[in-house]
Amino acid sequence: MDFSHSILSILIWLPIIGGVMLLAIGDDEDTTSSRSSTMRIVALGMSLLTLVLSIGLFKWFDNGTGAMQFVERVSWIPALDVWYYLGVDGISAPLILLTTFITPLVVIAGWDSIKIRPAQYFAAFLILEGLMIGVFSALDGLLFYVFWEAMLIPMFLIIGVWGGQRRIYATLKFFLYTFLGSVLMLVAFIYLYGQTGSFDLFQFMNAPLSMTAQKLIFIAFLLAFAVKVPMWPVHTWLPDAHVEAPTGGSVILAAIMLKMGGYGFLRLSLPIVPDGSAYFSGLVITLSLIAVVYIGFVALMQKDMKKLIAYSSIAHMGFVTLGFFLMWSITAGSGAVLGIAGGMVQMVSHGLISGAMFLCVGVLYDRMHSRQIADYGGVANTMPKFAAFMVLFSMANAGLPGTSGFVGEFMVIVASFKANFWFAFLAATTLVLGAAYTLWMVKRVLYGEVANNKVAELQDLNQREFIVLGVLAVAVLLLGLWPAPLVDMMNVTIEQLVQQAGHSKL
Amino acid sequence: MDMTAYISAAPEMTLLGLICAVLIADLFVDDDHRVATFWMSIVALVVTLWVLVATAPVEPTLVFSGAYISDALSQVLKVTATGFVAVVFLYSRDYLRANDLHKGEFYVLGLVGLLGMMIMISANSLLTMYLGLETLALSLYALVAIDRNNATSAEAAMKYFVLGAIASGALLYGISWVYGVTGTIMLDEIAAVIAADPGLNSLPLWFGLAFLIVGIAFKFGAVPFHMWLPDVYQGARTPVTLYIASAPKLAALAFTIRVLVDGLGGLHDVWADMIMVVAVLSLLVGNVVAIAQSNIKRMLGYSTIAHVGFILLAIFCGTEKGNAAALFYTLTYIVAAAGAFGIVILLSRRGYDAENLSDFKGLNARSPWFALMMMFLMFSMTGVPPFIGFFGKLNVIDAVLSSGYPGLAVLMVLASVVGAYYYLRVIWYMYFEEAEDQAVLQASNDTRVVLSLNGVAVLALGIVPGWLWALCTQIALSMR
Repeated sequence: MDFSHSILSILIWLPIIGGVMLLAIGDDEDTTSSRSSTMRIVALGMSLLTLVLSIGLFKWFDNGTGAMQFVERVSWIPALDVWYYLGVDGISAPLILLTTFITPLVVIAGWDSIKIRPAQYFAAFLILEGLMIGVFSALDGLLFYVFWEAMLIPMFLIIGVWGGQRRIYATLKFFLYTFLGSVLMLVAFIYLYGQTGSFDLFQFMNAPLSMTAQKLIFIAFLLAFAVKVPMWPVHTWLPDAHVEAPTGGSVILAAIMLKMGGYGFLRLSLPIVPDGSAYFSGLVITLSLIAVVYIGFVALMQKDMKKLIAYSSIAHMGFVTLGFFLMWSITAGSGAVLGIAGGMVQMVSHGLISGAMFLCVGVLYDRMHSRQIADYGGVANTMPKFAAFMVLFSMANAGLPGTSGFVGEFMVIVASFKANFWFAFLAATTLVLGAAYTLWMVKRVLYGEVANNKVAELQDLNQREFIVLGVLAVAVLLLGLWPAPLVDMMNVTIEQLVQQAGHSKL
Repeated sequence: MDMTAYISAAPEMTLLGLICAVLIADLFVDDDHRVATFWMSIVALVVTLWVLVATAPVEPTLVFSGAYISDALSQVLKVTATGFVAVVFLYSRDYLRANDLHKGEFYVLGLVGLLGMMIMISANSLLTMYLGLETLALSLYALVAIDRNNATSAEAAMKYFVLGAIASGALLYGISWVYGVTGTIMLDEIAAVIAADPGLNSLPLWFGLAFLIVGIAFKFGAVPFHMWLPDVYQGARTPVTLYIASAPKLAALAFTIRVLVDGLGGLHDVWADMIMVVAVLSLLVGNVVAIAQSNIKRMLGYSTIAHVGFILLAIFCGTEKGNAAALFYTLTYIVAAAGAFGIVILLSRRGYDAENLSDFKGLNARSPWFALMMMFLMFSMTGVPPFIGFFGKLNVIDAVLSSGYPGLAVLMVLASVVGAYYYLRVIWYMYFEEAEDQAVLQASNDTRVVLSLNGVAVLALGIVPGWLWALCTQIALSMR
């Protein structure tokens, strides 16, 4: 069946409809009742259906063009010239696939570990999925902003309702931080609307803008995206949000929501304000390198596993922004494309790895109700299958060749060598630091003597957990050994983007 | 005989007649059957609405020697005001009955207040405006004091009355100066006189203008004339607060647009600065002080002040876009305000007013549906898409930016972020806290249905805001 002309709308609205259905079914006190199981089956069914349909996106995607594909364009608010305008290219398609891939895993992971109001929990994730796909496919500025902000609502509730001890503090901080970042982007959008008379992103890209305007717009965009990525020094909401969020929330946050920031740089900053981006590229590169090095050291010192992975996420996302903004430091060759492609691969791979790491911590937390590294030790003795997975994901997190973590980092480091030796030198410290903080955690948690009675009584992975981690492990290895399909998908788009961003608007 | 005048003013006359009828009929209704007065009032509103629609003006019509105008703006505002008064009556009924306040006077005063609003909305003369304003204000003073055994209500009513009287005095004084300078009280003639003789645009007229702005700022509750607002919102019984928070904002908007834009539009350069100062102060004070409140009525009072800042900043632009944005913002704001106070009433019951933020704790466990509705309303007020409040803010920011004030636009969005905190706190109490109060919500089915529609409306309007914006733009373009 060919539904390629409306596949994006289907991918956006199907999970949202699923979420509304779950809210309508409602919660039942008794978690074994038929209503509860219907609710869970609907949640899983809807997320799997979305995943299956998104394969169409992969199948019908044309790697040979940098133009938008699967375009849908319907007038939404004629009075403001706002369109329901959707489309994907090589930058957004992989991220949509990542979203549809991760969400069912989150649903499975929360299958029976969520005791309080599970229907609302699953509904929040499904609605969130639809909104995130909306962000990745919106080509109208206002539509983009609507999805971008609406996305905060389910996440706010996920952290606040199902989070840990300090969840209220964490979720308010998360909401206010990201809201503060994005309102300035709204002002920039409205300014661009005033200049072009439309919210169409392509109109924005074609609009001539003065250097001052470009600088201010870049700063507005930077605030919005830097908070989301997050970049040092506006990263402080992330460790709190990650630590307090329920496992599923951390996974979505790390795997997909952080990618919004990187995606925003590519979709908006680079093409709309190329001269502003060039002007501030040094700043972004500096901040990225600080994230890679300094946050790497911070991660080393963490006592809480989730916090450690959160800091490692910030360091890894530093690579993404580094890769994106290298193009103005590279004078010759295909280094620019390599840097951006490396950043993109890193985004997808980090989505898989960090998601998997948070799921691993979730597995332990469900059993021990502690995230402190000190409470563990010798887990490999009692949970051998789990230990195998966790070692694999940790190796990937440290950038071991053969895993997806290596590919993106390697591409970015090669690109930064073409730009400046010291960029590469500092970026490469992550190979040491990343290995140090990840593997040291693995050593303390998994190996050694069995630390206490609680660890001794641990049960190994059940079937459900095994499937989730197994699927992720396959994805991490597949992407590490054979990244070509992903790189091919985005290559032409990135070449076009580099050309666009290299072309001054002045 | 020329019937134009009577046809144009037919809604007001109908309403006046019906008010008298309700007032007399109410005498024959005993307390046990007071609900009959409610239904009579609803019928009066429906009939008024029907007359409004039936006598809709094709083009702006000036009648009664130019003292009264009927145009697209008045039509939209009157229809909305009438509709919202009906909604207010419905939300209030059960509460009043449960608290032994179910008197005919509530409905009659509410209807008289509506009459005052309609007169204000249609005023084309400063004196008509003043008459409408006083009709509305006197009804409101009495409504605030309707529970005469309640000390806070009485205090609020006294405060409102005294401050209101001072503001009315200032307004009249301003009117007399404007009359003295221009020689007329008809708004269209004032505009013509100023346009014909630029020399009039000088200190004496500015002096009068300043007092008019005091009147406007007081009516809207803008800083620094806002002192009455939080006290009245808190002190009045919740249905009365609901009434004050909804429809009268439309009359205040009409007051502002008629006087400043229609009448004194030629002095835009002069009043723009004054309005800007008042608006910016409202935005800052409203949002910051609201954070410190633990009483939800008072918090929503300060939030109103912040919203008024947005409305006035739209007026400040002095452009058609700005006027349209002000209209759009006001229309959509009262939808959210009515819903929010409706939910506050819903949580109350006999002998217990749900006034504190902590009364919202655990609402999600008690009633997931109404918690969801309240969440919609709060996110709408915050200005988070896809709710309608976002589009209200979007239009105002667009108007301010296209008038060339990027700094103000940034200030507005930053103030919104500050404001987000106290709206989020309501959601936090509803969703993240355990319920302290396990009582089942008591509300009749019709209230539940309308309240649900109210909550869903802020989402539905946010998904299809285009028609409303087109309507507001069209009205703004048709203004003189």
